[in-house]
Amino acid sequence: MKFSESSKDSFIKPLFKNNPIFVQILGVCSALAVTTSLKTALTMALAVTFVTAFSNVGVALIRKVIPGSIRMIVEMTIIATLVILVDQLIKAFSYNLSKQLSVYVGLIITNCIVMGRAEAFAIKNKVGDSLLDGIGNGLGYGAVLLVVAFFRELFGFGKLFGIVVFPTVQNGGWYVPNGLMVTAPAAFFLIGGIIWLVKTCNKEMQDAE
Amino acid sequence: MEHALSMFVQGVFTQNLALSLFLGMCTFLAVSKKVSAAFGLGIAVIVVQAITVPVNCLLYNYVLREGALSWTGIDALANLDLGFLTFITFIGVIAALVQILEMTLDRFFPPLYNALGVFLPLITVNCAIMGGSLFMQQRDYSLGDSVLYGLFSGLGWAFAIVMLAGIREKLEYSRVPKGLRGLGVAFMTAGLLAMAFMTFSGM
Repeated sequence: MKFSESSKDSFIKPLFKNNPIFVQILGVCSALAVTTSLKTALTMALAVTFVTAFSNVGVALIRKVIPGSIRMIVEMTIIATLVILVDQLIKAFSYNLSKQLSVYVGLIITNCIVMGRAEAFAIKNKVGDSLLDGIGNGLGYGAVLLVVAFFRELFGFGKLFGIVVFPTVQNGGWYVPNGLMVTAPAAFFLIGGIIWLVKTCNKEMQDAE
Repeated sequence: MEHALSMFVQGVFTQNLALSLFLGMCTFLAVSKKVSAAFGLGIAVIVVQAITVPVNCLLYNYVLREGALSWTGIDALANLDLGFLTFITFIGVIAALVQILEMTLDRFFPPLYNALGVFLPLITVNCAIMGGSLFMQQRDYSLGDSVLYGLFSGLGWAFAIVMLAGIREKLEYSRVPKGLRGLGVAFMTAGLLAMAFMTFSGM
């Protein structure tokens, strides 16, 4: 398959310049909720990338035959089917993980990234481009998730992917875990901080006075 | 009565949908610039939540869960487990109910429709609504509990967004560092609110 310049754009842009989380403000809920450990964040990132990519493909494939008035419900059905697939897979192969992710796998259905990309991109673009756009947006979302989870797990538990990096005081080490990092406010502060950093480095993203 | 009170405290404060479970964040951040808009959306969420959670509860208990169809008396259906259809059913119910609500308001209560109409389509993709139904399923609420849960969790969400909007309106007049303006400071404010709500968890 040969990709044009614009399809390269549809893959690269959402990774940073048009990142779904801190530029488009889409899909923030799960970004905050599943980032207490890297493992759940990675699972979530893969799940969302899969759903976004294939729902984009599905919508793009039938974009010419969907009547405009019922397109939302058609998109919703495609997305919900993919999410059920992901949920059943996680439950079958990693039951503990599915317990940790609790309701947030199901909430991929209402994750605005998936719906947003279907509505804004896939409905009027070719299948190949839509696939790339879906993967790009999924990865852009996943990257933010992993960064946030890295800090929360490292400072909250002294671990990375469950492997001890800073031995904690309870286990005879030196590191006193920062309990705040695993609670809700820390997630808000971290994402706020990342947005601050990105906007300071990249002047054109700043809001007008 | 005591039970209802504890459901109230749990729904509004300790398990606040927006600030401790991070649900409905997209609209929470996008529509919290003005108190009036936040208030309208909050009311719409309470109404939709209070209707969808009990309806989904009935569907889950009498159609979807394992052995739920035994009331039909047909042997073939008695042991059927339709649990895998949960997500698609819930989202379908939510989308349909929001649509019906919109049409009913438009037909019978035009002033209310004018006030809430613009927010209703937003609600279909608001994860607080879907999340409410999924928590109902996970915690196995009875019908009575699900009515209370829907009402109080919606109330908690509305409460949080109105507070955030109030703070953001005042923030307009303060000097926020350039890069932090807009979305960044909204996140920080929400973080501080979440911190305040954490103190309720000892109750």
